[in-house]
Formats: sequence, structure tokens, C-alpha cells
Amino acid sequence: MAPALAWLTALMVVPCALVLALAFFRRGTYGGIEYTFTLENFGLVFDPLYAGIFLNSARIAGTATLIAVVIGYAAAYAIAAAPRRLQPVLLFFAVLPFWSNYLIRTYAWIVLLNREGLVTQLLRWFGYTGEPPSMLYTEGAVIAGLVYNYLPFVILACYAPLSRLNPELAEASRDLGASALTTFRRVILPLTVPGIAAGAVFVFVLSIGNFVTPALLGGGRFQMIGNLVYDQFLTANDWPFGAALAMALIVIMLLVLMAQAIAADRASGHAAEARSNADG
Amino acid sequence: MSEPRTLLAIDKVSKNFGRVTAVDGISLDIRENEFFALLGPSGCGKTTLLRMLAGFETPNDGRILLDGRDIARTPPNKRPVNLMFQSYALFPHMSVRANVSYGLEMERLPAAEIRSRVDAILSTTELVPFADRKPEQLSGGQKQRVALARALIKRPRLLLLDEPLGALDKKLRGAMQLELKRLQHEVGITFVIVTHDQEESLVMADRMAVLKDGKLLQCDTPHAVYEHPADRFVADFIGVMNFVPGKATTDGVVAANGARITGKVPATLLPGASAVASVRPERIRLFPEAQTANRISGTVEALAYQGLDLQLHVRTALSPKPFLVRVTADAADRRPVSAGDTIELGWDAADVRIFKD
Repeated sequence: MAPALAWLTALMVVPCALVLALAFFRRGTYGGIEYTFTLENFGLVFDPLYAGIFLNSARIAGTATLIAVVIGYAAAYAIAAAPRRLQPVLLFFAVLPFWSNYLIRTYAWIVLLNREGLVTQLLRWFGYTGEPPSMLYTEGAVIAGLVYNYLPFVILACYAPLSRLNPELAEASRDLGASALTTFRRVILPLTVPGIAAGAVFVFVLSIGNFVTPALLGGGRFQMIGNLVYDQFLTANDWPFGAALAMALIVIMLLVLMAQAIAADRASGHAAEARSNADG
Repeated sequence: MSEPRTLLAIDKVSKNFGRVTAVDGISLDIRENEFFALLGPSGCGKTTLLRMLAGFETPNDGRILLDGRDIARTPPNKRPVNLMFQSYALFPHMSVRANVSYGLEMERLPAAEIRSRVDAILSTTELVPFADRKPEQLSGGQKQRVALARALIKRPRLLLLDEPLGALDKKLRGAMQLELKRLQHEVGITFVIVTHDQEESLVMADRMAVLKDGKLLQCDTPHAVYEHPADRFVADFIGVMNFVPGKATTDGVVAANGARITGKVPATLLPGASAVASVRPERIRLFPEAQTANRISGTVEALAYQGLDLQLHVRTALSPKPFLVRVTADAADRRPVSAGDTIELGWDAADVRIFKD
């Protein structure tokens, strides 16, 4: 316990406290920090300009989450339906991209999407002769990058409850007169929601704070909070405001994680309550 | 009395998984309103046959006629057949009431009708106090009743039950056997039960089919199957049987030691062929009269007192295994025997069954 606590203190609590402290100071006229207490950095976070970037980030992260959940759930479903001995192999391929560097994986999308990239060449090969489509440096490219990078989380999170599901439950539903679609909607989906929720939280939290993907695939035109924080620290040299933005981001992430934890706790609480009732 | 109507005709049905033949050309008729048992050791194909009746497997060959209509390729949600799963397969996220009403919701019946039918079946199965509980809050016996109620409420033409009592302890099982039988009479639905427990099918079934290696060995009433087994396997599988191996003669079997067992020899068995004579433990008498057709002396090896009756293991020269003999408790009281005694056993020629070995 103690080593873990020391580790957490040194690498999590102290840096976070330092960043938090930073947010209460003023920016020096020529950069640097002026050590006088102020709350204006936090006020600036709610400025429509920056609040808008927060909302934009949430929207992009939300869209990426939705797409990742749909694709990831379908993939997990297919893996769970495959023959037992094939499943570990398929899961291995699903997480294989994790073995390479995030930056390299994101660069690969530039190769795919740029004006004379692989996608354009493929279109030409099929006889397309018009202007190359602009795909890179769009919001779509950012979303695609986020979905691609975080998809394995969703697949793993959804695979767990799907593979544990008793196949006789789906059969019972069919036997009682439900179509395959109704069976999915009323039996399979409700029983695998915890996996979906866990996967979705992963994607959302990692996406909303991401700065590499919007920087590389959004071309700096689609600012997300992560880029903004990065800019404050490294370009604008406004560390106190950057720290306030970072804190706001952490608060958002914590709120999402807490909401998920409470929901999961309530679900398992019901189960625990159910068990104690059965004993009584 | 009119001829009982055939509800379900299984016509030369086969099913193989890759190179494994699970069901091999089985033909069976199941009659309206009967309690029918599919019995056999594990791997005999009974579960595959049941899954084909439910619609979860499609036969490679043959027809399944329900009321004269071939349903072999009808999906499970489109056939008036319901299955009670061995694991019960209750929906864990739904209350007892929601589980039971699920099937009627699928039929898009008016809410009021669903409500009254659910109330009725919950009271028949004595589940009213548990209506709002989740499956995990129920005992094994309660879960079993929910599974039954959920299937019965659909008023199927045919209710399939896969090892319905397998998960229950022995005492509860006995009670539920009678309960199931009573319920079947009450609802007037044809029941087909799959079991590996021969005692269960003897108690519950009107008729039973014995399966082995995907083939049908015998289909008849429990009484007929018990008293006139079709072959040696059935004789051994149903109840307890004493076997004496030997060679067939015109009027019985000669054992290896030269002793003769008198009994009716099936016409297909030629004299000299390998044969086995058999007799049920309860057909053997101690201290038989002089004119008894089959008599043999032996040594009592062990006694097992079982309240209602007494079981003796008697070593004889007829077979490598000791003979099992069951005598009623009061017969045992009249002439007590104890381990080590040399006694005489006897049984009538009419009680001997002879099979090809």
C-alpha cells in the first residue's frame, strides 16, 4: 500500500497540485509567472470563445464515442460469436495496433487521407478523374483518427459481457416468439450495457483531452481543449491560463468517470440487494 | 375409445455435425395430450432431437410434421412449440412477471389480456408472492416454476422440457415429478421431456422412447419397455437386470457352466448363437417351490435393507456378477436370511427375457 501511495503522490498528486496552484497566479507581461493571487484565469475559461472550444471538443469526442461504440460493439459481437478457439486470435488482431506508437498510427492516416494519398489513388484506380477530395484537415479526419485509435478499448470492454452471455438466453427469447432483432433489443443489449458504458467512457475521456490527433489530422483548424492547453503552455506562454484550462478539463473527465462509477455501482448495488433479499 | 390422434410425427429425421451423426434416421409419433419421454445416456442424440423440435437445429434429412404440417425449417419464433431450458434461461434483468409476460408481448396481445393471463399462470404455479423478484432472488424450485410458467403461458401445441428436474435435489425432484404430471393433465398440453434418468421417465411418461448413438431402440409405454425390453441395452438401461450369458437353445440359454435357463427364445435367435438370459430382481423368489422352472443355489454376499424391501447380492455359478434379488420386507421377516447363508433362488420361465448378446 505504502509504495503505491508514494508513487501516486510523486507522479499524480504533486504535479496536479502544482498545475492547480499555477492557475491562481497572473501571467507576467512578457510571459513567465507573476505570483499574485487571482481568479481571472478561471473566469476566462467561461469566456464564450473558450467555452465554445470546450463544447466543440465535447461534440467531437461525443461523435467519436458514438461511432466507436457502434463499430466496436459490432466487432465484439462478431468475435464473441466466432468459434471459441478463434476468439483469442481475433482479439489479438483487434488490439494489435496498440503495439505501435500512437503518433505513427496517426501519421498513417495522413498517408491515407492527404490529397494524393492512398484513398485518392484508390478512387483514381476506380476511374475517378475529378478534384481529389479534401479529407485531411477536416473534422471528419479528426473523428476518424480518434475512433481508430480508441476502438480497441470498446472492443475489449464489450467483448467481456458478450462472451459471458449465456447463449440460451437468446434462444429462450426466440423460443418465446421474438425475432432476432427484438431478441437483440430486449435481451442481449440490456445485458451488455455495462460493457458499452465502460468502453464509451474510455473513448470520450481520452478523446476530449486529446491534442495529437486534432493537431495532425485537423491541421490546427479544429481546436480542441487539448490543443488550447498545449498552445497556452508552449506558444502563448500563458501558463496560468493553460493550467486553469487543464484543471477544467480534469474536472470534466472526473465528472464523466464519477457518473459512470455511480451508474455501475447502482447496477451492482441492485444485484447485492437482490442477493441479500434472496438470503432473507 | 377412439384412436389417439398423432400430434407430432418425426419422420426419418437425421442430423449430423460434420462427421458426427447425432441423430440417425429416427421416426416417432407423439400423440395429442400425452406425456412423452426421450430417454438415453448422454450423447445419444436426445438433446439434438429436442433442439430440432424447438427449431434451434435443422435436420439434414427427414420431416417433422406438427398437425400434419412440416415445420423442420420453420424458425423457433414461428412454431407453436415452447422449450423449457435445462438452465431455465430466465432473463436476469427482468422480474418474474416480466419474464412470464415476455412471450405474450411478442404475440402483441392487448395489455389487459396479458395481465390476466400472467396473473392466472402465476397463481397456478404458486408464484404470486415472487412476481416482482428478479431470477437471482429465487430458489432452484422457484426458478424452475418460472421457466415452466413462461413456456406454458404461450399455450403451445407442444411443450419441450430439457432435463427439467436435473438441477433440483432428490427430494424436491420427486415432488416436482408428480407436480409436472398433475400440471400436464390440468393444462392439456402435450409434454415431451428429455431425460437421462430412467426412473424419471418410468414415473412420469405415458410413453417413452429409448435412444442410443442417435438411433431409436424402443418406443412404448414404460410398462412395456420395462417388462419387454427390445434388446440387451434397453434391458440394462431401464431398471436393474440380472444377466446370464451363454448360448441359445430352442427353449432357453445354456450358461457357461452348463446350467440351463428356461425361457422364451426370440425367433431371430438361432440355437447355438451367443445369447443372454435375463431376469428382474423382483421376479426372483427365495426358497422356490420344486416345480419352479429355473432354480439355482448361491451364497448371500451382502444385504441392503431399504425399508420397503430388502436387496440381496447372491453369488451363483451362473454369471460373473452376483445376482441382485429384491424381496419385500415382510417376506424377509417371515424367513430371515443373513450374509454367508447358502440359499436357493428361483424364477418362472415367463419372467425370463432372452436377447442376442
